[in-house]
Amino acid sequence: MTLKATDGAAVEPEADGARATASQRRLVWWAFKKHRLALISAWLLIAMLVVILLTEFIAPFGSRHRDSAYTTAPPQVLKIVDTDGGDGWQWGLHVDGYVSEQDPRSLRITYEADPDDRVDVGFFVKGEEYELFGLIPWDRHLIGPEDPDDPMYLLGTTTDGQDLFSQLVYATRVSASVGIIGVLLAFALGIVLGAISGYFGGWIDNVIQRLIELFMAVPSIPLWLGLAAALPAQMGPVTRYFIITTILALVAWTGLAREVRGRFLAMRGEEFVTSAMLDGSSHRRVMFRHMLPSFSSHIIAALSLSIPSMILAETALSWLGLGLRPPAVSWGVQLQDASKWSVLSNAPWLLIPGLVVVIVVLAFNFVGDGMRDAADPYKH
Amino acid sequence: MVKYLGRRALYMAATLLAISLVVFVIISLPPGDFVTALRAKYSVMGQGLTETDVQALRVRYGLDGNLLQQYWSWITQIILHGDLGMSFEHSKPVADVIGPRLGATLGISLITLLMTWALAFPIGVYSAVKQHSIGDYAVTTIGFLGLAVPNFLIALIFIYFSVTWFGSVPSGLCSPEWCEASWNLGKLLDLLGHLWVPMIVIGTAGVAGLVRIIRNNLLDELRRPYVTAARARGVPERRLLRRYPLRVALNPFVSTIGWVLPLLLVGDIVVGQILSLPTLGPILLGALKAQDMYLAGSIIMVLSVVTVLGTLISDLLLGWLDPRIRLGHQR
Repeated sequence: MTLKATDGAAVEPEADGARATASQRRLVWWAFKKHRLALISAWLLIAMLVVILLTEFIAPFGSRHRDSAYTTAPPQVLKIVDTDGGDGWQWGLHVDGYVSEQDPRSLRITYEADPDDRVDVGFFVKGEEYELFGLIPWDRHLIGPEDPDDPMYLLGTTTDGQDLFSQLVYATRVSASVGIIGVLLAFALGIVLGAISGYFGGWIDNVIQRLIELFMAVPSIPLWLGLAAALPAQMGPVTRYFIITTILALVAWTGLAREVRGRFLAMRGEEFVTSAMLDGSSHRRVMFRHMLPSFSSHIIAALSLSIPSMILAETALSWLGLGLRPPAVSWGVQLQDASKWSVLSNAPWLLIPGLVVVIVVLAFNFVGDGMRDAADPYKH
Repeated sequence: MVKYLGRRALYMAATLLAISLVVFVIISLPPGDFVTALRAKYSVMGQGLTETDVQALRVRYGLDGNLLQQYWSWITQIILHGDLGMSFEHSKPVADVIGPRLGATLGISLITLLMTWALAFPIGVYSAVKQHSIGDYAVTTIGFLGLAVPNFLIALIFIYFSVTWFGSVPSGLCSPEWCEASWNLGKLLDLLGHLWVPMIVIGTAGVAGLVRIIRNNLLDELRRPYVTAARARGVPERRLLRRYPLRVALNPFVSTIGWVLPLLLVGDIVVGQILSLPTLGPILLGALKAQDMYLAGSIIMVLSVVTVLGTLISDLLLGWLDPRIRLGHQR
């Protein structure tokens, strides 16, 4: 004991006896903090949540903004110092404007940065009006051109002349929330059925398990494709969003139900469960007040680990043209733009949404891994 | 073993029934039935169907009964006559649309499966035996990435580099000059030259997943007391590894057939779309988009049946390989 105390007194907060009195939540947090990648990923996900909440404010342009003068324009570099003017250094945030050139034979227009054309960029600039949280009318944007009509396309533009960065911000809200809401739905189903199955056992367990096995036996992706394709084409984007999310959840709940069932089954014989029952608690109370909270960190870990497949599924579905459709923007819808090789070879920046997908998926995976390792702080 | 076999067969029958029900639901979900759609199509082309034709078709597809009767006439046609219905888009029986492409799809999937195994096994074993080495970290990182990158994105990146470096995209399964030729070495080489792109795109996620499983299994096994005991007795490391842990770690190879197959088939949908392969993927996608439901439903059904068969084969092999699994089921 003394050895341990002198060992890590400087670094570890738990070494000085605090560990003995710390709450479980605190212990989990300490264990989680050691997982460097998970911690970084957690910050990334928090940043993503901020983007989801403040979408309209963060995006320089509205989701319908379209600038037909600049289609498929390359990304601009954000500069602080202007040295091109000839009169020494000029400070100030700006980007270079575009100069366009048309190929006389293919008629294709290409854009290049024009050092002489300076577009001033500022924070909290006035731009398109919007309603924050759908309630508060505002017209300020986190970053944008001082003159709203100037081109400022930090990640370039799409083939339609939309700002890729703004689109990406809007798509993040849609795609990430499909993953999160879908997993929550799947979890509601999985926890209830898994809990009932594991708690009562017997024939109820048998019926639910067979049901799950049947669901698992039908290959999920063809099922996703089929169900998504059966939706009527003229459905509104919001309805479509919810139905696609529900479809993803319907296919994904089985794995979670199994996990929950296993836990309940293992815990059914524990003393605290018996005493809760002897105290006269109802079944529901025993299941959801006594048993479920005892492995809530495992559930959060499983949650975080199942969001990526949901996000990947939505992205693939939308990319194939069977999931969300324009005017809704999601990562998959954005990547559709890049699927023609004649377009892609001249506009590699159209793949940036794909990079975001990979980063978000990795972040959820790392946080999930970290949570899983930290979930049981008494283990060692 | 016989009891186990019987259980599995019974279970598979139930699964197939469930699949057929799901597929039927998918087929009948879109509003309007097949004959109405066909009628509209023909009247657009200026050659209206006669009332008797319509009636005959309605009877043929059992469209006038309730859903259960419709299902019954659909499934009996399939089982008794192998008749999967008509493709609205192609104006051909579904079987004639699927048939020629099924071979290419299964072929590509099988070759990719073999490549997946051939790659994943040595990598997984290396990464487990040399845990915490630089190679292991590299493998784990790449594995993480392989699972996180959607395969259509891999395909897009491939296309980008192939266009910028070589100026063209390797599409289809053969170059024009070889497509019509009879089989010889030249055609085989040409085929291989085209095959590697879809193989890489389709197989990446599979390899990444499999490496992870093999690594974890082997690591678990290497920590077992019997390994320590054998080591203490001076069994050489190589022989020790080959003797038991590797055999146990081989199980995932067999059990992958079940889940890798659907993964590969889905990869095929994506890759086929970009590289225009003569496989089921692009046809399925086209059918889904046009709501050509008999064709789409049939392809989904074929894919599902193949998957279920794959699972059955892998379960049987596993039961034969590892008595623990077989016995666990009997209790």
